[in-house]
Amino acid sequence: MTQAADDPLLIAGRSYQSRLIIGSGKYRDFEQNRAALEVSGAEILTVAIRRVNLGQQSGEPSLLDVISPERYTILPNTAGCYNAGDAVRTCKMARELLDGHKLVKLEVLGDRKTLFPNVTETLKAARALVADGFDVMVYTSDDPLVAKELEEIGCVSVMPLGAPIGSGLGIRNPYNIRMILENATTPIIVDAGVGTASDASIAMELGCAGVLMNTAIAEARDPVLMAAAMNKAVAAGREAFLAGRMPRRLYASASSPETGTFFPPL
Amino acid sequence: MELTVNGETRQLAPPLSVAQLVAELGMADRRIALELNGEILPRSEFGQTLLAGGDTLEIVQAIGGG
Repeated sequence: MTQAADDPLLIAGRSYQSRLIIGSGKYRDFEQNRAALEVSGAEILTVAIRRVNLGQQSGEPSLLDVISPERYTILPNTAGCYNAGDAVRTCKMARELLDGHKLVKLEVLGDRKTLFPNVTETLKAARALVADGFDVMVYTSDDPLVAKELEEIGCVSVMPLGAPIGSGLGIRNPYNIRMILENATTPIIVDAGVGTASDASIAMELGCAGVLMNTAIAEARDPVLMAAAMNKAVAAGREAFLAGRMPRRLYASASSPETGTFFPPL
Repeated sequence: MELTVNGETRQLAPPLSVAQLVAELGMADRRIALELNGEILPRSEFGQTLLAGGDTLEIVQAIGGG
């Protein structure tokens, strides 16, 4: 294999060529978001569900007029929900909004400062949503036991954080992510914490099935260029994972033959 | 009659269907979802559902988010 050409990401029965999932928040405008999405190669885009602005002009375009749900998989999130009930309600609204679309990103937050997940409420919401027929991709902490429990509930993807949402601190605990991966039976996608391209590669080199990010692209000085970088970083990290890295050694190992020199050896 | 739409109270004259309210708000051709008194109301039922005083509606759309 010279490249990972036929290596799709499978989520809830659908196959995706890209392992990068991007958000649609914090962009300057829809056009910048659309351009970033295009060069990122991502096929899944997260959106938030919010009240319509009643003063809004009816001719004003909305996000889904600019980014077509026919072309991209729209992944509605439950951002802003701090309990299971609100998250379930948000998912039901999203399903109605998207004509019965069952794939959702569940996130139930614990507090506004850390945006860490409220794991107890997340588990509760996950159970309710799976029972109601949703395909649940779930944002959670990097706790391997919780990740396992979310898989057992029937979530289609478990998405541990690399670092707090929007922090850009990178993968702070790669060992926990590895433990989650060792026991995984669903795609494990790092959601949150990525700051730059190398962070995305690290997640993929660990063996994650994908990476979800928003701020790392949207808050870059040039979001469209960063989207292009993330496209390559995720693909490179995946290929490096599939290729299998060399072992780490404490001391050097010469790459050129140490015999056959035309001067006396050391 | 008084309705609460997205947290704002509005005075509207009955009879009024959900479809008529949505049109009045300029949302008829938008991709929205709607809850009537806490329950999802499918778009297919907007036309036949009449509003009553005290009803609470939430109308949402998809916006940018991560």
